[in-house]
Amino acid sequence: MNLRRVLAMARKEVIQIRRDPRSLMVIFAMPIFQLFIFGYGVNLDIKHIPLCVYDRDGTQTSQDLLKQFQATEYFDITQVVESYRDLVRNIDHGTCRVAVVVPPRFTEHLNSDGKASAQALLDASDSNTANIGMGYALGIALAYAARVQVDWQQRQGLPPSVPVVTFQSRTWFNEDLESMANIVPGVVALVMAVVGAFLTSLTIAREWERGTMEQLISTPVSKLEIEIGKLVPYFFIGITDTALCAWAAVRWFDVPFRGSWTVMFGCSVLFLIVVLSLGYLISVVAKSQLAASQAALLTTFLPAFLLSGFIFPIDQMPTVVQWITRVLPARYYVAILRNVFLKGTPVRLMTGDVTALALIAAISITLATRAFQKRLG
Amino acid sequence: MKFLAALTRIRHMLRKEFIQTLRDPRTRFLLIGPPLIQMLVFGYAATLDVKNVTLAVLDLDNTQESRELVGHFSGSRYFHLQKYVERREDLREGIDRGGFLVALEIDSGFARRLRNGQGATVQVLVDCANSNTGLVALGYLNQIGAQFARDYQLDLAQRVAPQIAFSMPRVDLETRPWFNEGLESRWYFVPAVIGNVTMIMVMMLTAFAVVREREIGTLEQIMVTPIRRWEFIVGKTVPFFLIGCFDAGIIALVGTLWFEVPFRGELGVLALGLVVFIFAALGIGLLLSTISSTQQQAMITSMFFIMPMITLSGFATPIPSMPPFFQKLTFINPMRYIMVVLRSVYLKGVGLDILWPQIAALAAFAVVLLGFSVLRFHKSLE
Repeated sequence: MNLRRVLAMARKEVIQIRRDPRSLMVIFAMPIFQLFIFGYGVNLDIKHIPLCVYDRDGTQTSQDLLKQFQATEYFDITQVVESYRDLVRNIDHGTCRVAVVVPPRFTEHLNSDGKASAQALLDASDSNTANIGMGYALGIALAYAARVQVDWQQRQGLPPSVPVVTFQSRTWFNEDLESMANIVPGVVALVMAVVGAFLTSLTIAREWERGTMEQLISTPVSKLEIEIGKLVPYFFIGITDTALCAWAAVRWFDVPFRGSWTVMFGCSVLFLIVVLSLGYLISVVAKSQLAASQAALLTTFLPAFLLSGFIFPIDQMPTVVQWITRVLPARYYVAILRNVFLKGTPVRLMTGDVTALALIAAISITLATRAFQKRLG
Repeated sequence: MKFLAALTRIRHMLRKEFIQTLRDPRTRFLLIGPPLIQMLVFGYAATLDVKNVTLAVLDLDNTQESRELVGHFSGSRYFHLQKYVERREDLREGIDRGGFLVALEIDSGFARRLRNGQGATVQVLVDCANSNTGLVALGYLNQIGAQFARDYQLDLAQRVAPQIAFSMPRVDLETRPWFNEGLESRWYFVPAVIGNVTMIMVMMLTAFAVVREREIGTLEQIMVTPIRRWEFIVGKTVPFFLIGCFDAGIIALVGTLWFEVPFRGELGVLALGLVVFIFAALGIGLLLSTISSTQQQAMITSMFFIMPMITLSGFATPIPSMPPFFQKLTFINPMRYIMVVLRSVYLKGVGLDILWPQIAALAAFAVVLLGFSVLRFHKSLE
């Protein structure tokens, strides 16, 4: 291997990248833009669910119950309807996601039989909001029920009861339950996948498509020199992007950073090696930019987006899909990033993830180096 | 006569496009493979279910009451009792390792305090590194706590004053999840994925096809032929329109047959919504092609747009929970409307009488985007 030829190759690549300043700008703007969108736009804390109420009882008690819903930030009463048809129409239109119906003679039942029930109708076409909304609604109803019980006990002269069990919950690692802190590791992985795999896979596929690969093959440069020369510039772009992303997250978006920067950058280098070699491998096999971009989308972007545990928790996926995530580098990388950002976990507890990532990096770089043949056709 | 000549030229252009796209087996695979794989990955991975949250318990009280409380947790379908631990440090380390998400710490004296009517406090640790799971788990926690309290008080009333305990007032809330009784996350995501995949495919294929001609120089060759610009645009977009319809149809079939998501609406409404949406996606793809000179540029630019479009469509997180500024931003996102159409047609089974505003919005997008990109395209060819 000749260092001069590697440098010449890298220089050619750098010139080519610099000729397209817009792409370069997009690449560096992307992490900040994504952080902004994901951090502020994605809000997994579901609040202000539009609620529709239908009070068929129309008494002080029923109004009292409905007031409990209004008092929380979880629900916003947007509609008060007078008929069942209006209620259905509102749910169909999506103007409200939950409807609470107090049946006729609710108060009467409560006073005579001691038992009364209201209904919560949930638009479960959005199952997550319905699930969380159901939890909120049940919580509100149970709190109301407890109050009614206590009132009754006092009237009956029984010993007044105090709340039986209180949970003192401490949420760890993300005390304010902010989605932002949770999203950053995923955004870093996503941006790296895009930069690493998409850019590199297209750069070689382009040489094939335009025929400049033949020219390259006719020069004395060896295949290893081509690989290193091609990848090094993108490696630096990727590392700069990661640093930019982490810096913006900590400085602008106030995401905590509790672990070690060495671990974070060490693992980022490993992940970058994986995506770069994957991109290289793809471009060698695909030979057309369209095919290369689709392959990069399927092998790096989708896993980083969907199968890394970034938005969708891995332990809720079907078992087979969980196995598949084990061979995907994004999963380990996101887990490590989450640890260093939020938990500050000592390295000894992450050896499994780091080893897996290193192993995948070694395998993919070997595959990439072997795949390229300095040959036409 | 002039019109007939134009039609002939368009036909030739179309023929060229079809030959070019279908010639290579690898490209043929590209039309079906990636959308299918995306559909499967999205369909399986996209779930926000929170069931069987792993739980660890440190029971320092070890009485009937404390065990009953734990029983309330392990008996629910929300929590899965992973293990009992002996020491407080084990709780901390287990959460650090990710061995379990929620840890319950019952202090000694729990039962004594309950019997004295003092009320007892239970420490709970929740790993909120993934805040949705943490949030849902916290909700379950309060629910179970309230149920335990109610059962305990009822028990107490029966012991202290059995003669009147039966008349103790009880307020219940019956919950009825409509359209998706089992609260299946998959039913929510799979219809929406049809929109995601269709957008990604149509937009990228269109942008790439045009930019590729420009990049390898064949665009100039086409421009010296008698074909007019609008004929070229029609010839370029019609194949991708057809491919888009084909892909959307296939993935909709997969969603219905493979993932068994119920289809309750009318096929016509779904088809209408998707066709209008594909036009809008074509417009975006064409627009991208006018501002990109290389495929790499087209790729990076389309990734730049696709991610926010998916995020701000209400695909994974409901729009009403977004901050007001982002809620307004969603109105200029065509994905927002197709999500509503897809989910409503599939699960709610509603028709055009309710969905017309969404479809009208999509049509407006299609007209504006296509019109604008055709104008720009004219310019970029000059």
